[in-house]
This record gives sequence, C-alpha cells and structure tokens, in this order.
Amino acid sequence: MTRAGRWLLGVVVVMAVAAPWLAPNPPDRSFADALYAPPTPVHVIDAGLRRPFIYERRLMSRLERRFEENVSRPIQLQWFTAGRLVTVPEAAGGPLLLLGADAFGRDIFSRLVYGARTSLALAVLATLAALVVGALIGGIAGYAGGRVDDLLSRLTEFVLVLPAMYVALALRAAMPLVLSPAAVFGLLLVIFALLGWPIVARGVRAIVASEREREYVAAGHALGAGPWRMLARHLLPSTVGYLAVQATLLLPAFVLAEATLSFVGLGFPDPVPTWGTMLQDAANVSLLGRAPWMLAPAAAIFVVVLGVNLVVQGRGRAPVQLEP
Amino acid sequence: MIAFLARRLLFAFALVIVVSSSALLLTRLAPGDVTAQLGPFAPAAEVAGTRARFDLDRGAAEQWLRWSSRAARFDFGDSFLYNRPVRELLGGAAVNTAVLAAAALLVATALGIPLGMLSGSGGAGAGLIRGVSLVCLSAPPLLTSLLFVFLAATTRWFPAGGMTSVDALDGGWSTWLTDVAAHLPVPALALALPIAATFERLQAQSMAEALEQPFIVAAAARGVAPRDIIVRHAWRVSLRPICGVYGIAVGALLSGSFVVEFVTAWPGLGRLTYEALRARDIYLVAGCAAAGGAFLAAGSLVGDLLLAAADPRVREQGAP
Repeated sequence: MTRAGRWLLGVVVVMAVAAPWLAPNPPDRSFADALYAPPTPVHVIDAGLRRPFIYERRLMSRLERRFEENVSRPIQLQWFTAGRLVTVPEAAGGPLLLLGADAFGRDIFSRLVYGARTSLALAVLATLAALVVGALIGGIAGYAGGRVDDLLSRLTEFVLVLPAMYVALALRAAMPLVLSPAAVFGLLLVIFALLGWPIVARGVRAIVASEREREYVAAGHALGAGPWRMLARHLLPSTVGYLAVQATLLLPAFVLAEATLSFVGLGFPDPVPTWGTMLQDAANVSLLGRAPWMLAPAAAIFVVVLGVNLVVQGRGRAPVQLEP
Repeated sequence: MIAFLARRLLFAFALVIVVSSSALLLTRLAPGDVTAQLGPFAPAAEVAGTRARFDLDRGAAEQWLRWSSRAARFDFGDSFLYNRPVRELLGGAAVNTAVLAAAALLVATALGIPLGMLSGSGGAGAGLIRGVSLVCLSAPPLLTSLLFVFLAATTRWFPAGGMTSVDALDGGWSTWLTDVAAHLPVPALALALPIAATFERLQAQSMAEALEQPFIVAAAARGVAPRDIIVRHAWRVSLRPICGVYGIAVGALLSGSFVVEFVTAWPGLGRLTYEALRARDIYLVAGCAAAGGAFLAAGSLVGDLLLAAADPRVREQGAP
C-alpha cells in the first residue's frame, strides 16, 4: 500500500518537474476554435494497427460546441520535437488536447501539469515553514516549562481550535484583493504557516518536555551546553519521526487550502494555472454537465491526497482528515 | 463536574468574544471599507455619511467599544450589503448551517461507526470497507461537493443547488419541508462522506486495540459469544477516542460546510461570511465570526460531555 502511494506521489512530482517537456501546448496559449473542446481521441487502429495518431478536428458549430473528426485526414503525433514529449503543431492539424480545453480554449492537460508546480511548491514550502515554526515554538515551550510553556501552550490551543478555512479566508480577504501572483504566493505561504504550526507545536512540546528529564540532557548540561545548543542538537532531533508524520497531514491540507481559496476567487488570479484557479470553471453547474473534463484538477488533488493517505495507512496509522 | 462545566462555558464565552472582536479589527484594518460598495462616482458627502453611520470615522478602539457594548445587548449592528440588522441575517444562516451540519454528522455517525466496528473486528468485507474509506478520506468536501453537483445535474435525481425551489412556499409548510429534504442529500452527503471515513478509520483502529485487551480474552474464555464481546465489551472501551474526535469534527464540519455551501449554493453561514468579507461589511463579518465561535464552543462542549459519558475517569477527575 505504501508502495502504491509512493508511486502515485512520484508520478505527480515527475509531472510537475517535467511540466515544460510533458505539456503538449503552452499553458496560456488559447486556441480560438477549441472553446470547451472535448479531449482529442488518440487512435491506434486505422485499417490495421498504426502508430498513435489523431484525426483533424473541425469545429462544426460554435453555438452547440459541436466538433467532428475528419476521418479522411489522420495526423501523426510528433514525438520529441521542439523540446516536448509529444505534440501536434497547430499548422499540422493540432492542437492535441489530451484532457480537452477550458472556457478560453486553453489546453487543460498542459495547465494541469504546470498547475502542479505552483500548487505543490506552495504546499511543500508551507509544510516546511509550519514544521520549522511549530518545532521551534513547541521546543521552546517544552524545554523552558513554567510560565513560558503555559503562555505558548494556551496560544497553541487557541489557534488549534479555530476552523482553519475561515481564518485563512479572513486573513486573505483582509489583504488587498488584487495582487500579483508572486505576492499571492508569499501571502498564502505565510497564512498557511500561521495556521499549520500549532498542530506541530503541540506534539513537539510533549516530546521535548519528556525528553528533557532524561540523563543525556543532564549530562549535556554538566558538560556546559547552553539551552539553545541542547534544543537544536539534542532535543529537536528526537522529534524528527513525529515531524515526518505531521508533514503527511499538513501537505494534503495545504494543497486543498490553495485549491479552495483560488476556487472562491481569493487565491491566485485566473491566468496563473493552479489546480484551484482551474477548478473555478467547474463551479458553473450547467457548463460542468456538458464539459465534465473541467473536473480534471479535482482528480489531480484526489490523487495527491490518496497517495499521501496510502503511504500513511501502509505504515499502520489511521489517516485522519485535517480541515479543510 | 460542575466546576468543569463552568470552566468550559467560560472558555466558550471568551472564544466568542475574542473571535468576533478580532474579526472586527481585522476588517477594520484591511485596506478599503464598505463605502467602496457605493461605486466610484458617489458624492463625498454620501461617502462621509455612510462612514459616520457605520462608525468608520471613529478610531478602531472607539468603534470596537461602541460595537461591543451594543453586542452585549444582542444588537450586532446593521449589514450594509443587505441593509438589514445583522442579527436577522445571522439567525437564518445559522439555522441553515446547523441543519446541514447536523444532517452530515448524523449520516457520518450512522455510516462510520458500524462500519468501523465491522472492519476493526475483522468482520466480513473488512478490506473492502478500508479501501472505500481511504478513497472517501482522500476526497475532501471540495471534491465531493463538485462531484455530487455534477452527478445531480447529469442524472437529475436531486436538485443540484440551493436549499429550496423558487415556488417552495406556494404549497404551504409541508411542501416546503419536502422541498428542503430533496435539496439536502447532495450537500449533506458531500460534507458527511470524508467525516464518515474518518470515523470509520478511528473506530476500526480503537476497536482492534480494544480487542487485544486482557479482559476481552477473559470474556472469551468465560464463553461469551463473539458478537456480545464486540458489541457489549470492546465497543464501550473503543468509544473514548471517537468521543474525543467529535469535538474536533465540529471544526471540520464548519470548515467543510463553507466549501459545500459555496458549491451547492446552500444559504448558510459560510456563504454569508464570504460575501461579508469580500464587501468589507464590517458588522456582518463580526457577527458571522461570533456565530461561528458559538458553533465551535457548543461543539467542543458536546464533545466533552460525550467524553465524560463514555469514560468515567473524565467524570471523576473533572478534566479530559
């Protein structure tokens, strides 16, 4: 089970890293004749087995969004050309739309693999930030004890009790609503880290507080190690296993948080491909019925969360859903 | 027990005050205010008048003082966006969210607990249940609600959005109720499935742990039937972690219901909060935060009481 989960996550990560090579089209290229176009069928049979090819596709009616394949004109897929794995240039009868096109005629598959970069990078960085802040605050609380511990623990519990989605929403909405993509990235990173640290801090505090009573800490003190050295070199390393488990909880939660915020229009602006901005199109029910391929980013999110959960379950732990 | 309850109530009270006050201050400090709703061509006098009406021309501290002294008398100010008292708006939205959350919690409990008992005791189909659970766990409310709305729209088995049809009240209360009941399954199920899966996994794990306890072996040695061992003995012990999670589940329900309300157009607190935040409708934001805080506090209180009911140790020591 762990292996299956690792495979799923590995595929997604490879997709994100190799996005420019895997994407058949530029993510922001809009094809005028392909608004809401369904996925291009890739054929292998045409009077005998052939190398994969597509038929030229013609837009029959803009109003009905009806497309027809011109079976008299098969077009070979072009492998390893122009720095892409596979593509069909527009001049040769393309585009190749593996998962169809969105409201602007942009290739959903290409946007999906490019979107994986933003969505995953944000989630991974936010997870790291939450782990660092949480370990630091939890470590200080557990090591210092007394009044510092009381204060930090109360703070931790307070943030923990708040429904994360609403706090993220309120913090994001309190900032200017229109921001550049880089500013949104930084802002979401800070917000996610602010919401994620208490979960980490609570466990780290408990571990450090119990480790502090062990002999090796007394020995360290006797040898003249200061509190920061004890914490950084001896106590916090004992929490690494715990931190790894927390990372598996935080990562999917952050992927989802980005998707949710972008979905409601408080995340990245539309031209930036992320899984959340792509899902915005799926909010329109009447469109969704006719163009279900708009749900592709939802499937991508599902694969990531499932991959993480499979890894966790394979290790014999019950995966618990964190909000949102 | 009474001291314990009093402490929890005090905490609940503090939570509501802190959450709503910080929401008020956050909205106040955010760039732009509600006068942006007047449009770019509003005369300066009208803008100034609106700012005065909403206390926006006073200092943040003074505004907070005036607001909190009114809020203490349950007067939460007026909403600019709807031009109605916040209290009226909150009442309707809170009831709608409560209906949705209660239905989801009910479904999640009815599905998750029995299935968890079954799979945790190695009953029939344990592997299948675990697999389905993992899939549901990986599909959070954002995904389930989109999927269910899509399914409802294509199959037309259920209405795909909203809480009532347009003509719902024409036929009187009974038709209104059946209409709401027809609209409820899609959002409630979307919200319930991931939580049901969480319950199932936790129940299965704690059931498996409970079955390894010495007194279970003793009961089996006395010849108690396996069925009775699971239902009468192991289940009671295994309930403790489940009751603990109910308090947290309320937070998850509240967070999840935001997305579900957004996707399925359910007119609840989440939708209202979102609109208020975007329009910088300051008193509506604060009111929504107060209502959300009250929900949370009530949830954790119920969770504590459940915990006390399931575990005598909590009752005697007075703290979980």
